Amino acid sequence: MITVSDLRKVYRQGSDEVVALAGVSLEVPTGKIHGIVGHSGAGKSTLVRCLTLLDRPTSGTVAVNGTELTNVSDNQLRDARRRIGMVFQHANLFDSRTTAQNIAYPLELVGTPKAEITAKVTELLELVGLSKFGKAYPSQLSGGQRQRVGIARALATDPDILLCDEPTSALDPKTTDEILDLIKKLRDRLNITVLIITHEMHVVKQACDSVSLLEAGRIVEHGDLDTVINTAGSSLATTLLPLPGDAPRAEGSGDILDIIYSGEQANDPVLSSVARRFDIDINVLAGAVEQMGEHQFARLRIQLPATADTAEVVNYLKSIGVAVTQKGDAK
Amino acid sequence: MMDFFSELASNPGITKAMWPAFIETMQMTLVSGLVTVLIGIPLGVLLLTSNKNGLAPLRWLNWLLSAVIVNITRSIPFAILMIALIPFSALVVGTALGPMGASVSLTIGTIPFYARLVETALKEVSSGKIDAAKVMGSTRMQIVRKVYLPEAMPGIIDATTTTIVTLIGYTAMAGVLGGGGLGYLAYNYGYVRYELEIMVVTIVILVALVQLVQFFGDRISTRINHR
Repeated sequence: MITVSDLRKVYRQGSDEVVALAGVSLEVPTGKIHGIVGHSGAGKSTLVRCLTLLDRPTSGTVAVNGTELTNVSDNQLRDARRRIGMVFQHANLFDSRTTAQNIAYPLELVGTPKAEITAKVTELLELVGLSKFGKAYPSQLSGGQRQRVGIARALATDPDILLCDEPTSALDPKTTDEILDLIKKLRDRLNITVLIITHEMHVVKQACDSVSLLEAGRIVEHGDLDTVINTAGSSLATTLLPLPGDAPRAEGSGDILDIIYSGEQANDPVLSSVARRFDIDINVLAGAVEQMGEHQFARLRIQLPATADTAEVVNYLKSIGVAVTQKGDAK
Repeated sequence: MMDFFSELASNPGITKAMWPAFIETMQMTLVSGLVTVLIGIPLGVLLLTSNKNGLAPLRWLNWLLSAVIVNITRSIPFAILMIALIPFSALVVGTALGPMGASVSLTIGTIPFYARLVETALKEVSSGKIDAAKVMGSTRMQIVRKVYLPEAMPGIIDATTTTIVTLIGYTAMAGVLGGGGLGYLAYNYGYVRYELEIMVVTIVILVALVQLVQFFGDRISTRINHR
């Protein structure tokens, strides 16, 4: 479990103060994969550097399984860091070392006996599916393979937390999915807590149990994937389930609703039940249905006939657990 | 043409003086080259790590090393530096003359140059690799020994090759100023006595020496470069 409380980072730029993190609090339970999304400039990089204490936060704390990492001496910090395995966007492998030697690096640091290192490296190579590549140098590997080595290296110290900073942003879509599958497999096998920082919504859909949205140095939305998506008006929901850009414009004067529903209801005929109940025709303007994690999610933009009682329909939809935003009254 | 070669074979400048002069040049190059590497690498590491964004920022040390020692030494022409260092050479190796005496000033003349090249090679190691090493819990010493030096080794080998080539050129100058060696031979026979053939042979040997150093330097650098 990783607990971050009220993390603040203020940089000095000449006489100006730049607030990069304005009090970030976060808790990820053991064995969960949590995504932190945000646009560039939202504070993602600063957050990563503060979580690993590459930069000291101005205030606030980071704790792994209750042990605080902040406010410790340099010596203690080195030990503390070994509880967090970190995966970088560009893997950051050492070019002068073979795959096996790269994975062995964190073990060498603490004087692990040779035989033990060899055994651990063999096990890790197998775990990430690179058993045959122990003697290869990073330059001989593909981007995806390099990232696998980076993951194996991060796991060498048996950390409690796997911190992934844009782990797939430099990879093609197919390799991205392979790496995400690997991360999920490792979570299942090692019951490790995973934190993925990314700007790709695809990563969240594919791999995360819960998600936080970082904006201007603070977390503006967070929660389990289905909760977040089912929250009316949440910007995560709309970015996770985007409607096709070329959706037809509405004609006529009927009210327009954005409805999002998930899980069980996604398989239920929500629309026809509304149509039957209120005896109205419903026009579907746009829609997206996607599988995320365990659940299926649907987002539809519908137009009611001008004669329909919009408030009644909205109430009914809400009563059956559908998130509704009326276009025009919400932004 | 045959006359030219038979004359060469009978010229005492070549038959008698050439070999000892060659040995003296090699002595100067190897001794000062070795000491330059031994002192220059740690100095290059210090230049990098004491820097503002380095592993162990130390402002006064960086200023002292970079602005005062390295830059001032590098801006003094080598011939002047050599003359200025005569008393110092005498103090260190007992004489300012001969290959050993010249080696002292050669070394002092090349260390700053080499240290800068080493620093530049170390700077090429991406900050991401250093971050990775830090996050895995490396001490600063481990980062230098296990990351900076091995990752920059191809660049450091290139810097060493360049420095040895420069050093060979410097030995010729040092030779004229009392160090002996091929430079002295070329000056004495070629310039003072105006025996063109001695000059030509000396130049050929120096060119061959430089080519050889460059060739092996490049080979070693390529072999250990896995990028």
